[in-house]
Amino acid sequence: MHLSIQHRTVYRYAEPALRVTQALRLWPAACTGQRVIGWQVDVDGKALPYATTDGFGNPVATHTADGAVDQVRIDVQGHVETEDLHGVVGGTLERLPVRFFLFETPLTHVDESIRELAGQVPSINDAIERMHRLCNHVRDRLDYVAGETDSATTAAEALANGSGVCQDHAHLMAASARVLGFPARYVSGYLCAGVEGAEAASHAWAEIHIADFGWVGFDAANRICPNEHYVRIACGRDYHDAAPVRGVHRGGRSETLEVSVSISETPAMPTRGGSPGNRGQSAQQ
Amino acid sequence: MSERAAIFDEMGWPDHIRPPYALVDAWLKSLPAEQLALKRREAEVLFRRIGITFAVYTEGGDPERLIPFDLIPRVMAQAEWQSLRKGLEQRVRALNAFIHDVYHDREILKADRIPERLVLNNPQFRPEMVDLDLPHNVYTHIAGIDMVRTGPDEYYVLEDNCRTPSGVSYMVENREVMMRLFPELFRRAGVAPVAHYGDELLETLRSVAPPNCQGEPTVVLLTPGIHNSAYYEHAFLADEMGIDLVEGADLLVKNEICYMRSTSGLTRVDVIYRRIDDDYIDPLVFRPESMLGAPGLHFATRAGNLTLANAIGAGIADDKAVYIHVPEMVRFYLGEEPLLQNVPTHDCSKPEDLAYTLAHIDQLVVKAVHGSGGYGMLVGPHASKAEIETFVAQLRARPHDYVAQPTLALSTVPTFVESGIAPRHVDLRPFVLSGEQIRIVPGGLTRVALRDGSLVVNSSQGGGTKDTWVLER
Amino acid sequence: MLARTASNLFWLARYMERADYLARLLQVAGHMSAVRVDADGNSEWESAIAAAGCHEEFFARHEAATAESVIDYLAFDRGNPSSICNCIETSRRNARAVRTALTSDMWEAVNTSWMELRDFESSEMNEDRLTEFLDWVKARTSLVHGVYANTMLRRDGFHFTRIGQFLERADNTARLLDVKYHVRLPTVQDVGGVIDYYQWLAVLRVVGARRAYRVLFKGHVEPAQVAELLILRPEFPRSLVFCFEQICLNLDAIEAHDPRLSSDCKRIAHSQYAALRFGQIEPIIEQGLHEFLSELVDRCGLLGAEIARGHLF
Repeated sequence: MHLSIQHRTVYRYAEPALRVTQALRLWPAACTGQRVIGWQVDVDGKALPYATTDGFGNPVATHTADGAVDQVRIDVQGHVETEDLHGVVGGTLERLPVRFFLFETPLTHVDESIRELAGQVPSINDAIERMHRLCNHVRDRLDYVAGETDSATTAAEALANGSGVCQDHAHLMAASARVLGFPARYVSGYLCAGVEGAEAASHAWAEIHIADFGWVGFDAANRICPNEHYVRIACGRDYHDAAPVRGVHRGGRSETLEVSVSISETPAMPTRGGSPGNRGQSAQQ
Repeated sequence: MSERAAIFDEMGWPDHIRPPYALVDAWLKSLPAEQLALKRREAEVLFRRIGITFAVYTEGGDPERLIPFDLIPRVMAQAEWQSLRKGLEQRVRALNAFIHDVYHDREILKADRIPERLVLNNPQFRPEMVDLDLPHNVYTHIAGIDMVRTGPDEYYVLEDNCRTPSGVSYMVENREVMMRLFPELFRRAGVAPVAHYGDELLETLRSVAPPNCQGEPTVVLLTPGIHNSAYYEHAFLADEMGIDLVEGADLLVKNEICYMRSTSGLTRVDVIYRRIDDDYIDPLVFRPESMLGAPGLHFATRAGNLTLANAIGAGIADDKAVYIHVPEMVRFYLGEEPLLQNVPTHDCSKPEDLAYTLAHIDQLVVKAVHGSGGYGMLVGPHASKAEIETFVAQLRARPHDYVAQPTLALSTVPTFVESGIAPRHVDLRPFVLSGEQIRIVPGGLTRVALRDGSLVVNSSQGGGTKDTWVLER
Repeated sequence: MLARTASNLFWLARYMERADYLARLLQVAGHMSAVRVDADGNSEWESAIAAAGCHEEFFARHEAATAESVIDYLAFDRGNPSSICNCIETSRRNARAVRTALTSDMWEAVNTSWMELRDFESSEMNEDRLTEFLDWVKARTSLVHGVYANTMLRRDGFHFTRIGQFLERADNTARLLDVKYHVRLPTVQDVGGVIDYYQWLAVLRVVGARRAYRVLFKGHVEPAQVAELLILRPEFPRSLVFCFEQICLNLDAIEAHDPRLSSDCKRIAHSQYAALRFGQIEPIIEQGLHEFLSELVDRCGLLGAEIARGHLF
């Protein structure tokens, strides 16, 4: 499937910030099932190529705006050809041993209720099936409700609230898979409209390491394994490692964030900036 | 006291003076008591005037207090130092090889010589550093190795400090003050100098310039600022090296290149000797609320444009649980037998070691593996029954977090106390510099526990310091 | 050099200069209130507050400017960021932040001042002790200024220190003269009288220029000549023209600067210097001394901000 992505993020400062520095993880890492045809990231209208890769193999670059800044605009335009590999991820740059992903982080800290949730999954031999069941359990326990959690919400907190967004589903999925002895990680990327009940958006899901298969994606928010509607960008132990944008600023009060993503399935090579007949939707986060 | 009889006094004071101390002994005997008291006051004035203070921010009292300085030097013969120096060099080479390995191929874990969990599930293991090649494969450019002595030829390494060890300014300034007070003594003694530490440090830092550095590297020292307890040392070292002392807000990373804000605009920085912990060094990677470091420093490093000394993630080698395995690292990476001994250590995560520790707790020193500064620690022989009970409860609850060691009979050196001269326990922190080669300034910082019988030498808990002499002949 | 270092040196010198000025102001106010012949014994103290440039802040916290309240506020009050104690404290904090840019003599001079200050603060203050304190402040600030002048390399660090000292001094001289001329504007019956004479003598005392005045003007104290001395005489090291000459010389001597950034501060400094260098006292008085001086105080503020901006402070 040909997917064309346009993703704009605008940070506005009610009172100008003195200095803004952000680390961007907005370039797709190489992997099977997706071929990048074109990809460009612009910051305030100026192209920014990725500068290096991080410990997880994710392409990353920073940009700094010095002096009074009242807004920062980040635009991603990409064109990718995808295929459905039923969630199985190959061809990635793996710099860390798989077992590293067995250990928890503050965002994926396992408490009693997560332990209990994981314990409800029957211990069947078919690991893929077992993870699918876990995936459903996670989704059953977390309603998809936007605006009740934020990027600092832990898996345990989301579970206690019984609601969250894709980030919380991914954290909870990873945390509970680790309880069952499966290495698990957090993935950020894009989801193209077309999956029932899902909006086109920046998205997040989990990858579980399963013997004989390697890393396999599980999108608990949508109860499926990622298919050709997904574009995989970055991974890590949790959101902190894989966040598309991580920034700090000095001075400047009340940072507000505006995001719009449109992802469209395009029958042929798109012209830059998308093609006519764009079926994409916009999502506000 | 029977306990006392077994303790090794390095001077052999008062009746069996060991040869390296002959001159010090004669000098002490020749000095009238009033003169010594006068010199002690003079020393205090000197320290105060040059501002060598150690900030302790507690309520009331003097916010900038002096670490007590004792006038009686601690002396080592050249041969004693040489064997120690070889051991230190070997140990630090192994530590750097270990850190490089855990962030690359992890051979030592694959060979099962160190438990994998101990490394991978350790907050000091920084995945951000994986597969990043550093100049000369050095991670701990400045290491402080804490040593204790229990006999004429018995030394033990108490712990390795691979992150931001402090105290070296006292090593240099103690000598400076001693030489001002007793120039005559030094003319006769033949003491190896330490004043070139700053030059050695700068050479070390310049030798680890990043791959993309063009021309002469610009080196700066990054301090958390004047409120840091070691600020004096930061200023002192920057001064000794003739480099800029910068704070986080002076630095700016643009396109993965680090600059400092100077009066003429932005000046490129190649090497940062940072005295800020990993957690605060780069808010884009670690604690986002940190204002001490500068955003982007880590990415500048990954892009080959900057060297941080010590490297992020070097702390994996000085964890108290990893410590147990350092002799194994020496064998594994260097194929040599370790020259310096570890203190025999019980790993409480092992059931048999825990059982032993609980049975002998009144004889052991029990330490939290991630603690430092002498706090999360129980000194069995000196603890009250209630203290032991509280600690045992903690230990049973989280045995993984603790190691236990026998209480060593630390050596003593005569020290001025209220009642006159009396033996007090000491340790030694030599500073090992690693760049394209290893450099060690002879001696190190001697810390002394000023309270009678105390084994705790930490300056935060009433320890003092002494000038440390290595005799040239 | 590191921009923060330059900034710290600049402020280190400014605060030391300010401490010196405040000590002189308090000494003279004390002297004047003792020799006053009119009934209003407190007006000297009020004019000291005005000349210190903190009229508003002071009266927000005190009802009246009495000897006690003014001395405490200008000398010791830790709640006043520009009290002598806070000036020395801030100087020392700036020095501590840039120890590597100071000579050891300079650090010791600043640090010892700070340590001795704490002895003063912890002791009971009476009239004798106050006299001792103000003399001590003048001696210590002179020592600090002398030590830096005699030990610092003639490089950018020195130039920024110098600029800080003389910008502060220009500001102080302008305020002092303005207050005496404007706030204490002599009434018709005062002019030429005893009070007027003492007022102008007091101005000369604050800037330590009684003898300088006699040498240069050889006569009775005349307001216009006092103004000329303090504004236009290049021989007198506290005059505005002398201060601006120093500022210009040192701004021009800064080597590591970005010409695009630093041109504005140079333009302001040089144009002010030219106006002073070629100025004459009669037209200045005719066109309004108060307007001239308050504009100059504004200029000093603007110049300070431009120096900071032009060197990335």
